[in-house]
Amino acid sequence: MSLQRFVIKRSLITIPLLLGISLLTFGMVHAIPGDPIDFITLFTELDPQTEMEIRAEYGLDQPVYIQYIDWVTSAATGDFGRSIITRDPVINEIMERLPYTLVMGIMAFGVTLATAIPTGVIAAYYRNTKIDQASRVFALLGIAIPNFLLGLLLLLIFASWLDLFPILPPTSKGILSYDMLVYTLLPAITIGTGSTALLMRLMRSSMVEELDKDYVRTARAKGLPERTVVRKHVLRNSLISVVTVAAIQVAFIISGSVVVEIVFSYPGIGRLLVDRVGNRDFPVIQAIVLLIGVAVILANFVADVLYAYLDPRIRY
Amino acid sequence: MSSETSQRTTERGRIRVSGFDVERVDSRDPLSSWQPDLQSEEGRGRLEYAWMRFKRNRLALFGAATIVFMVLLAVFSRPIQLPTSFPVLAGETVQPFSLAPADPANQDVITGYREPTLENLLTWPPTGLYLFGADWAGRDILSRVMYGGRWSLSIGFIAVAMALLVGIPLGSIAGYYGGKIDEIIMRLVDLLYAFPFIVLAIAVIAVLGRGYWEMILALVVVGWLPYARIIRGEILSVKENEYVTAAKALGSRDRSIIARHILPNAMAPVIVQATLSIGTTVLVAAALGFIGLGLSPASAEWGVMLNVEQDAIARGRWWAGLFPGLAIFVFVMAINLVGDGVRDAFDPQGDQTDTDTGGLR
Amino acid sequence: MAMLEVEDLNVRFYTDDGVVKATNDLSYRIEAGERFGVVGESGAGKSVTSLALMRLIDEPGVIESGEIRFKGQNILEMDEEEMRELRGNEIAMIFQDAGTALNPSYTVGEQISEAIRYHIGLDEEAARERAIETLESVGIPSAAERYSDYPHEFSGGMQQRVVIAIALSCDPDLIIADEPTTALDVTIEAQILELLEEVATEFDTAIQLITHDLGVVAEFCDRVMVMYAGHPVEMAPVEDVYYDPQHPYTVGLMSSIPRIGDERDRLQTIPGRMPDLIEMPPGCNFHPRCPYAEESCTRMEPQLVDVETGEPADPINSDAQSAACLAHTGELTGELDYEVTVRGEDDPVGSGDAASSAGVSDR
Ligand SMILES: Nc1ncnc2c1ncn2[C@@H]1O[C@H](COP(=O)(O)OP(=O)(O)OP(=O)(O)O)[C@@H](O)[C@H]1O
Ligand code: SF4
Ligand SMILES: [Mg+2]
Repeated sequence: MSLQRFVIKRSLITIPLLLGISLLTFGMVHAIPGDPIDFITLFTELDPQTEMEIRAEYGLDQPVYIQYIDWVTSAATGDFGRSIITRDPVINEIMERLPYTLVMGIMAFGVTLATAIPTGVIAAYYRNTKIDQASRVFALLGIAIPNFLLGLLLLLIFASWLDLFPILPPTSKGILSYDMLVYTLLPAITIGTGSTALLMRLMRSSMVEELDKDYVRTARAKGLPERTVVRKHVLRNSLISVVTVAAIQVAFIISGSVVVEIVFSYPGIGRLLVDRVGNRDFPVIQAIVLLIGVAVILANFVADVLYAYLDPRIRY
Repeated sequence: MSSETSQRTTERGRIRVSGFDVERVDSRDPLSSWQPDLQSEEGRGRLEYAWMRFKRNRLALFGAATIVFMVLLAVFSRPIQLPTSFPVLAGETVQPFSLAPADPANQDVITGYREPTLENLLTWPPTGLYLFGADWAGRDILSRVMYGGRWSLSIGFIAVAMALLVGIPLGSIAGYYGGKIDEIIMRLVDLLYAFPFIVLAIAVIAVLGRGYWEMILALVVVGWLPYARIIRGEILSVKENEYVTAAKALGSRDRSIIARHILPNAMAPVIVQATLSIGTTVLVAAALGFIGLGLSPASAEWGVMLNVEQDAIARGRWWAGLFPGLAIFVFVMAINLVGDGVRDAFDPQGDQTDTDTGGLR
Repeated sequence: MAMLEVEDLNVRFYTDDGVVKATNDLSYRIEAGERFGVVGESGAGKSVTSLALMRLIDEPGVIESGEIRFKGQNILEMDEEEMRELRGNEIAMIFQDAGTALNPSYTVGEQISEAIRYHIGLDEEAARERAIETLESVGIPSAAERYSDYPHEFSGGMQQRVVIAIALSCDPDLIIADEPTTALDVTIEAQILELLEEVATEFDTAIQLITHDLGVVAEFCDRVMVMYAGHPVEMAPVEDVYYDPQHPYTVGLMSSIPRIGDERDRLQTIPGRMPDLIEMPPGCNFHPRCPYAEESCTRMEPQLVDVETGEPADPINSDAQSAACLAHTGELTGELDYEVTVRGEDDPVGSGDAASSAGVSDR
């Protein structure tokens, strides 16, 4: 019951945030002098008649708040209008790319969890020893190395020198084809390196914090084997607090994908965004930015709920 | 057993000690030179003490030296001539040195790529030309990396400075006045935090267009958030303290209350955050350059240099991108070492081995 | 042979600021079923002593030398396996703050029965039953239902009862209670002490009770050790310490106990603070705070001696009152001229220097 109430309470904070980011993304376009049509007319001569028609199609002849309401309500149903460049529905363009980014993101997340949690645990358990030092050095390296440099080096080594991967993704085979999945490992590892570095240290400090707790001493004083003490009493609690951090990982992976998709010519959302910023294709830019904002907010929401669910103390 | 105990208890409850004259201890001269340990940190400024500790941290000093070295290289790579429109010393050369072996813009398109070679380092006097090889246009990469620091580093420092100038006042206003103003500012912070750093920067660039100052502005739009949060949080906690209430009762003006009581407390987390943010900002600026939304393709900004060469690197011309990439890496690494050192210096009890992300998300 | 014999125990912490000498040549014993009190101000080394018994001293601490014999076996020479057999099973511990001593994410029942399962080898169901019995015996109402509650669903006093239940669950021979009531208010404190008293009698368990309250010791213990700065400064049956304290520090502690019916408006406290255990005062560590200190106290380190004979004390084999003050070896020129009176009787029942009557005749 109380968890339900917590979810409801937490959603009440989420809704204004969602409205806020929709306002922000909508307002983005209106921060530019002129409107998108002026931009088109820079390149192509439009007769006033067509211009009027286009303005009407995009609703640019309406007052701003009407435009906003129209935009939000249709966005809520997945209708973001048409791309200025390709004239395709924005949603189609996005849906075409989304699976690629999702698969890459999930793989990157998997890589992160699979490496960061065990290494973080080990670093914490052997804190202030050589092992811990090594993990710290790795974290420093992993955070400082630009992901595009890492990606390019991976391409150079594995695609160019060792010839294990093609240089360009085998996109034509479809996202779920074996070749494409294997290729996706490269960008996933590239993104995963930075987020592993981050998560590993967070895991370590959360675990160190737990190891110092009084109840760990109680567990030891009961005579339980060290393995049980760590697994049962320490690990579980420190994993609970790392859950909240997983939300940060979502943001981190999205950031990473924007850059890394360029490195690997990967046909995902991030590359679409960057391409269209160059062309000032605002319907697409707005849709993607909004989508990312929503994804991050939802990730935070899920993490908070999960945390409340896992920790018996938190019941609002 | 229990009856025996309760009997003891009542009897013992009536005991009293006399003749134990503690005053003697205070009135007599100390018997030995032993002194209770005085908190050695007290009395000295917090900054001064942190600096003392920072000086002992070798890794952090190494990082600081690296940063200074890279900044010097950037400044002295080519002469600096003030623009003719400059109010003072117009058109004068204020920095005559030229450490870079070649003009970073000097093309030699006929030769094109050139592998790194030690040859020009072994001649006398050593020029270092082509030590890092040459790019597609035959330009000396070493010279471009040295010169490129002017873009990458200045963006980092300027953007963080401006972010401080925005974030600290806004955070102070929010924290000190509370109420509606606080609500508005902090909701804005929450909103902007919903976007990953680079996505928000891209959105701003989508609106403003590309360019040096446009990029800095984009970085500031994202960069001020942590300072506003830190300062506001610090003010809220210090606000509870009596001494602010006391100062208010004495009638000091609001501004001086903030300046005198609260800012010194908030200084440590702000300095740590700012240091680490320089690294993050340089990284994001380079990433923007790399995805083609930063400076112009002709500039020697490190990220841009990789962008121009990405295909060549993937196909085996590794040197074309490795060195500018390493420059970013070394700088960010050095900044992180300094940032960690600064944090440890301010908070020696804290968990010393934690790497902060400087707000990198 | 006593159940527990601690001999010349030295624990050190190697910190960045220097070496913390947490216990120094500490020797004592605890008999089966006995209640032994350890008293001293905060930082005196009481918790370190008890953690050393369990070999639970964490980095950067080490047990540098000494022996801890439990039923004749030196536990410092045991391997991890044997040590675990001992912990929780034969020696159990009760910690100061029950709120943090319990793991928030397991039910209290699980936290009791996991030890039972491990040490006694009962299956899930039998362990549960035994845990419920233990919960009942520490006075938790409707124990069977509360078995599956989480720690945060209990009050502070009830949490401490749960911690005691954990300690009792495997029927240990020795319970180390490290300030079990400091975090509780006075009425609850009395209840918990009463409970400890009850279960100690019922289960015939020896208890090492750590506290900084001499009043608690007086009510609860058979013998007591007073610690100052990692040293034992006085050790004796509780009656002797109470009626006839032989170390100025003990006297200082006694005069700072608030007492009902004491009409003095101001409590006497010992001036100053305990030194940190890195750099201690030379000679007698207590001299900067001792009203009786003389020049010789800064040069000579007093040994723990039998107060009757002045001979070095033997805390492992003898019950004689012993104290570490130069007054008992005749190296002071003055006397310990305090007096202890039982209210209602006019005559002082004891004075500092048992060998001379000067202190008494002053009156
Ligand atoms: N992990 C540690 N690292 C360094 N020093 C320590 C550590 N644990 C204890 N000490 C030192 O050992 C000394 C004795 O500490 P201990 O915890 O035994 O005191 P205590 O008598 O139990 O005090 P309290 O009444 O506050 O519990 C203290 O001076 C403390 O600084
Ligand atoms: S030896 Fe001296 S200083 Fe120490 S307790 Fe005795 S009188 Fe006091
Ligand atoms: Mg203690």
